[in-house]
Formats: sequence, structure tokens, C-alpha cells
Amino acid sequence: MSKTTEKIDRLAELTTRTTTASGGSLWTEALRRLRSSKMALVGGTVMALFIVIAIVGPWVAPYDPTAQTWRDEVFTNRGVFIGPRGDNWLGLDHLGRDMFSRMLVGARQTLLVGVVSTVLGFVVGALVGGLSGAALAFGGKAGQRLDTVLMRFIDMMLALPSLLLAVSVAAILGQSLTTVMIAVGVIQIPVFARLLRGSMLAQAGSDYVLAARALGVRRRRIVLAHVLPNSLGPVIVQTTLALATAIIEAAALSYLGLGNPDASQPEWGVMLSQAQRFFDAEPMMAVYPALGIIITALGFTLLGEAMREALDPKLRS
Amino acid sequence: MLRLIVRRLLQLIPTLLGLSVLLFAWLHQLPGGPASALLGERATEEDRRAIEEALGLDDPVWVQYARWMERLVRFDFGESVRTGRPVWEEFLQRFPATVELAFAAMLIAVVVGIPLGYFAARRRGTWLDLTAVSGSLIGICIPVFFLGFILRAVFAVNLGWLPSFGRQSTGIDATEITGFYVLDGLLTGEWDASWDALQHLVLPGLALASIPLAVIVRITRASVLDVLGEDYVRTAESKGLRRRVVRGRHVLRNALLPVVTTVGLLTGSLLSGAVLTESVFAFGGIGSFIRDAIDTRDYPVLMGFILFIALLYVAINLLVDIAYSIIDPRVRVN
Amino acid sequence: MPLLTVDELTVTFAGRGGPDTTAVSGVSFTVDQGEVVGLVGESGCGKSVTSLALMGLLPAKGVTVGGTARYTGTGTDVDLLTLRRSALRDLRGTQLSMIFQDPLSSLNPVVPIGVQVTEILSRHRGLRGAAARKEAAALLDRVGIPDPTRRLKEYPHQLSGGMRQRALIAMAVACAPRLLIADEPTTALDVTIQAQILELLRELVDDQGTALLMITHDLGVVAGLCDRVNVLYAGKAVEAADRHRLFADPAHPYTHGLLGSIPRLDAPRGERLNPIRGSINDRIAWEDGCAFAPRCDFYTPQCLGGAPPLADRPADGAAAPPEGHLVRCVHPVHTTAEATEVSR
Repeated sequence: MSKTTEKIDRLAELTTRTTTASGGSLWTEALRRLRSSKMALVGGTVMALFIVIAIVGPWVAPYDPTAQTWRDEVFTNRGVFIGPRGDNWLGLDHLGRDMFSRMLVGARQTLLVGVVSTVLGFVVGALVGGLSGAALAFGGKAGQRLDTVLMRFIDMMLALPSLLLAVSVAAILGQSLTTVMIAVGVIQIPVFARLLRGSMLAQAGSDYVLAARALGVRRRRIVLAHVLPNSLGPVIVQTTLALATAIIEAAALSYLGLGNPDASQPEWGVMLSQAQRFFDAEPMMAVYPALGIIITALGFTLLGEAMREALDPKLRS
Repeated sequence: MLRLIVRRLLQLIPTLLGLSVLLFAWLHQLPGGPASALLGERATEEDRRAIEEALGLDDPVWVQYARWMERLVRFDFGESVRTGRPVWEEFLQRFPATVELAFAAMLIAVVVGIPLGYFAARRRGTWLDLTAVSGSLIGICIPVFFLGFILRAVFAVNLGWLPSFGRQSTGIDATEITGFYVLDGLLTGEWDASWDALQHLVLPGLALASIPLAVIVRITRASVLDVLGEDYVRTAESKGLRRRVVRGRHVLRNALLPVVTTVGLLTGSLLSGAVLTESVFAFGGIGSFIRDAIDTRDYPVLMGFILFIALLYVAINLLVDIAYSIIDPRVRVN
Repeated sequence: MPLLTVDELTVTFAGRGGPDTTAVSGVSFTVDQGEVVGLVGESGCGKSVTSLALMGLLPAKGVTVGGTARYTGTGTDVDLLTLRRSALRDLRGTQLSMIFQDPLSSLNPVVPIGVQVTEILSRHRGLRGAAARKEAAALLDRVGIPDPTRRLKEYPHQLSGGMRQRALIAMAVACAPRLLIADEPTTALDVTIQAQILELLRELVDDQGTALLMITHDLGVVAGLCDRVNVLYAGKAVEAADRHRLFADPAHPYTHGLLGSIPRLDAPRGERLNPIRGSINDRIAWEDGCAFAPRCDFYTPQCLGGAPPLADRPADGAAAPPEGHLVRCVHPVHTTAEATEVSR
């Protein structure tokens, strides 16, 4: 080995020792930070657990969640509810059904409501918001007009209280699980639309987009290849947060008597609202589904917050 | 300033018009059409035919819309199917209760939330910060009505510290002037009535405050953290100003800007929350009334409420804009 | 006794989940009464951190400050780095004050200029109400802001960049401080405004007898303003000399490189600029050797024997060793007579 290369190697070695690890792309950097976040760990674990229960719950449930197996026992006991015991880990509900089985099966319905409504809100909201943002940023006069119309519509939806929106949907479609999903999904639309639009406008004003335009890159390509991918961060964070909101909103709808009337498909929100009548006598009947909802919502929220922090450029070192 | 208000009001017109078209379409989409919307689902066939004739349902759609709009402008939302009284009157009568409750909730949220968020940011990473952050996360994730149950069960039923339902204890002889019971008691010097009404406000107020409180804590904390890192705070420190001046004039004043917007927007959403809270505590405001209307599919009431909320939302937005332009000089000029 | 004696100043930031970062590692310099001293270096060399450490404006948590900074302006001898926070608060604004780089973000956007000027007057000089406003207007007038009474009511966004910087300077000199620290005060401004601001600083310093610690990356600023210059690299001073010596006979290869990378109008046509290669990230730890070695044209293996000391510049042939010219280099550059001639 020649003296010069030796010299250079030694230098290189010393140099790498002090040079800080250079950050990769936005997403790899965010992922790295997400992995080291305790909040993400807790949130992710809760979410994973919930999804596993939702998937396998109905198969591992020890009893039929709708069978009123211990009906006689409950009714002869009148007013004294049966709490946790060997056969029924979480006790019985007011009709003598096994609470534990109902909780397991209910997880699936709850997840279904959350996911379907969030997907609905995301798809429609992102379409409206993306179209609006792209039109305003790159569509000239006509685009501006399109944006105004779309945003007025979104404003209108924001002006409607979410519960009444749900009532209106229920009034037309009748009362069913689909109604709950649509109602909760519709509530999310303006949030997604505004978020994506705002995020796209911020990107559209940045220097790299200006550079791309100056170089004559076609507008469609700028939007699809540059602006949109870079704008998605906050929207993806919102998706996680929206799942939490959806589960809570669905519970509120059930409480107002707009939930799924089909008793054979237990859902945590419905269970919670049914239990409220017996709250003073047997609070645990309400506490189980409530805890299910709270913990799940907390898990999604924690994960969402952790993602938001991981993606925040202000916090990037 | 006046120009800003006028411009904002003009901008509202298309939104409200669009909303009215939407509502009109909704009424016509209802199973049974607008007749059942006015009569409820249990109307007889004769009633239905009579009302359809009266409404002129044979007329072209735009004539019907125009006629409907003309009634709306006069605040004629029709009559409640359940009580048979005009919807507008029902609202006006119940309005003070809900405003009182919403005000109590917002007061709790602001008075507790802003200091908590501020100190959480200043003492970032301490137990106080951790408690505030996790508390606000939980606050967002607890269904409001469930929190209402818990509060009622613990503080009213078990401990018996506070009343469990209603706005007023039976046997209280209070003079009603404004309909705001706490205020009425103060005006007439009936301190016991005022105190009683205040006690009735605590639990529903707390339940309703949970979400705005959680949101305000989070926004304030994030905002203060942002501002603490700003160059102008460093400038203020470099001038050797007293800590009180640095924190008040330079940190808080700027940090509160986003909080003001949030408080405004939350006020609108409080009314949705009031529907849940009031029904848990049988608090006789608009919320309970709407809850009953949902149960009985009292469409005139629901429609009136939607319009009412939309107007309120729009008015609050306008107020927020005006407030913002007063406290932020950068907006004022543009 | 100098006004300020900084000795072995070290600032270390605790790494969040990573290794600690030493931004300033053993910087020493002095500032005399009424003297203009430059701290020069590229971004990341530790010059801004040095100024914030002296003002006590570094965050309390996660930062370790070592060394001493003895200040004699109050008549007694105090160490700025260990002074109680409240005592330092009394010094800031009256004895020491600071001008920042970005005048827009350094002014509070929601408070009128007038309040931001009068608050320092009421804090340190006890002026209130009309008296404070009158004095504030006089200050704005002095820093060259036209129509000062109207400007007092305006907000920062209503002023131009140059006006904002003038307003900041007005606040900084409001209580006639003994030491003014200016951190890149002209970087965010247009070239023509830059010259005006430098002129203003020069005037104020001359009038009030204030000492100025000028922090900059711009050798042009140094040439026009500073009496003495300290060149910083990777958290250490690598060269210190009076202005004329530094420009005439730079001894450290880094300083040499900085001077070589300035475009000159009188350079022969077609001559290329000589930038320093690499960036400040291409460095080695001072414990291992000279941090500049990876970018240095004169690098030899001797450069890896730990940090070289900051020592008197060795004598150049027959000439006597120059006084007060310090350099941290194993084999400093000697500018030849012809080269000196060219650089004049």
C-alpha cells in the first residue's frame, strides 16, 4: 500500500467518525424516528392487538355472542347482575349473554365501522381536496373558480354538526350499520379535503416546483410526481387520527339510537349505549365496551401523533 | 374593519344558499317526501294528502323551493311534530339553558386549558407536561356521554356532592328574567337560586368541557413551544427585560393567536356535544330537545336545528376573523 | 485589563439519542474598550453559539458551557458564564446587548415598534409614558429612521428590511451598552443596505465608545470594520491577528483559503477562483488532529498529532516574529512578498 493511499484512508476513517449520519429521504428518516418513539410503540402495539382481536375474535369467542344462554339466571336475579366468574370471564349482560364473547366479536364490527368510514372519508376527501388544490395551483382562472366552488361545498359540510349529518343520512337510508359508516365517513370528508388542499398549496409554492415549471415539466407530471407524493404526509397522519374519531363518533351515534339495530352483530358503541340504562346498578357492563373504545382510540391517536412528530420537518435534526 | 365584515358576509351568501338547496333536496329525499317531514312518520293518509295539497307539491320544484325559502327567511321552520309548537319558539325557549351550559364548559376549558398548556410547554418533559399531554389525549378519546355517566355516578349518585340531573332543584322558587338561571339569581338577589343553578352546571359542564379542554391544552402547548423557539423571544431576552414582560408580551401574546381560532371553532362543536351531555343529565336545553327529536324523527325540528347551527357556525367564524384581525396586525393590513 | 476576556470557552449540546455535539471547543479572545473585534468563520464553526453563550441566551437544558468570560465593564470583574440568571438579566441591554441576523423574525410581529423600543427604556432607565416615547423617537432618529413618531406606532411587517435592522440597532444601543455583539447583522439585507448598516454601526461605536464584537462570515465586513480578527474553524480559533496583518499575511491555510476564494475585480482575466474544497462536515475531531486537515492543501501526516496549539506565528526568515499574530497550525503558510504585493 502506497503512502498516499494510507494517508487518505486514515483521513477518511477519521472523517467518518465525526461526520454525523446524513439523513436519508423524508420517509426513511421519518420511519427511523418513528421506530425510536415510545408513543409509536405503545400506539402501534394497541392497534396491532386490536386488529388481531378483530380478526380472530369471532373464532376464539367461547360462546355465541347472541345466545341468551344464562337468561333465566339473570332474570331471576333481577337487579343483581352477574359479574365475572369462571365460565364468563367478564360476566353477563342484561339478557344473560356472555360479555367476553360479545367484546371479542364486537371488536370486528367496531374496526369495520372505523375502517370503512375512514376509507370513505379519505377517498372522497382526498379526491375533492386534491382536485381543488391542483386546480387552484396549476389550473389558472378556471381552476381558481373550480376551487372556489369545491371549497364552498366543503365549508358547507363543516358548518353542519356531525351528529345531525348522521341523522340526515339515517333519515334517508334508514337505520343500519351502513348508515353509521356513511355518516361517520361523510363527517371526515371536509377534514381530509382541507388538509390535502392546504398541503398541496404549500408544496406548489415551494422552490422545487417553481424550478420544475421553469424547466417546462408538464403540469400533470408536476402534480402527480412531485406535489401529490410530498403532500401526503399530513393526510396519512390524519387517517390514523380519523380512525380514532370514527370509533368515538360511531359510539355517539349508537348512544343517540342511530346505531346498528341488528342485535346479533354486537358492536362496542351499541353495547355501551345499551348498558347505559343499567349504569347505576351495573356500571361494568358499560365500562368494558367503553374501555375497549377508549383504549383503541388512544392507540390510534398515539400512533397518529407519533407519526405527525416523525414527519414534522421542524423537529428533524 | 367594516369592509372586512361586509366582504365576509357577502361570502357567506353562496354557502348558505347551497346549504338551503341541500336541505331542500334532503327533505324531498326523505321516505314519504316533505309531507312526512312535516307530519312525522305516523301521519294518516288523509293528513298527508291535505298537506301535500297545501304545500303545492304539484308545482314545479323551483316554485316549491322559492316558497320554502321565503318561509325560512322569516324564521318559519314549521311546527314540531311532537309538541305541535313552532320550532323557532321551542328553540328560543331552550336557548338560554344551552348557552349557559356551553358557556360554563368553555369557561372551564379556557381557564384550565390555557394555563395548563402554557406550563406544560414551559416545563417540557416534566411530570406536569406528561400529565397534561396524556390527560388531553385521554380527554379526546373518551366518549362524552360515557364521561357524563361516570361523573354522574361518582359525584352525584355515590358521593352525593352535586345534583345528578336538571337545571334546578325542585322546590327552588326562582324568578325567571333572562332564562339564564345563574344570572337571574344574581339579578334578583336570589343567591340560593343562583348557587343551585351553578351546582347543576358543574357536572354537565365538566363533561361537555372535556374535548375543548383537551384540544386547548394541546394547541396552547404546541403554540407556546413554537413561540419559545422564535427569534423575537431571544431578542426580548437579550434586552434584559423582566421575565414577566418576556412571557406576557412576547411569548403569550403570540402563542395565543392560534388558540383564539381554535376556541372559536370549538364553540360551534360544543352544540353537538350538548346534544349528548344534555341528554345524560336531562338538562332541559336545545340538546335534550334535539335528542328527543332524533328519537321521534321530528324532521321540522331537525331541519331547523341544522339551519340554526349553520348560521351559528358562520357567525362564530366571522367573529373569529374579526377577533383575529384585531389581535394580529399582519392580518389587519391585508 | 480588557473589557471582555474569553478563556477556553466550550459549549456542548447533549445529543438527543445520539452523541453530544461540541459546537465551541476552547475559544479564547479578548475585546478591549471601544475596540471592534471580528469572529470570522463559515456556518457551523461555532461563532453564533459563542455570542449566545456570552449573552446567556443558550437554552438552560441540554447545553454545557465551560471556560470563563470575564467582563469588567461594571467596574467589578464578573464571569458572564457563571453569573446568576437574574444578575445577567440586569446586565443585558445596559452593559451588553446584541443585534441579530434576521431583523424580521427578531422583532415581535404583534407588538408595535414603539413598545419594543420603550420597553427597554422603562426596564433599564426607568422612563415611562411620554418621556419614554420621546426618547424612543430620538433613538429611531439617531439610527436613521425617518419620521420616527409615526414609525413608533407601526408593526415590524410595515417596515423595510433595512428599517427593521435599524430599529433593532436602536433597541440594542438604547442604554449605551459597553459591549455590542452583532451576529451577522447584514447577512439578510441587500448589498446597498448592508453598507449603510455597517456605516451606522461604525458611527455608533465611535460616538459612544462601545466595543463591538462582530460575528460574520463575510471578510469584506471584517476588512471595513474590525480592528482585530479571530478566525474560527470547527469550534476553535485557528488564527488571530490585527486586520492588516491578517489580510496581508494569512498564516493558517484556512484563512488563506478564505482570502483566495474572494472574487477580485483586479484579478487577471480568466483567472479562476480558488474555493476551499469540501464542507465543514468534512472534518476530523480536534483530539485526532487538525480539524481542517481533510480540506487542506498543505496536509501532511504530522497534522494528525492532536490539536495543534494556538501559538505565535513563527518568524519569517530574517524578520522578527510579528506581535499578537497567533496561529493554530503545524506548518503555517508564508505569503511570499510578491503574493502580498498582489493582494494589496
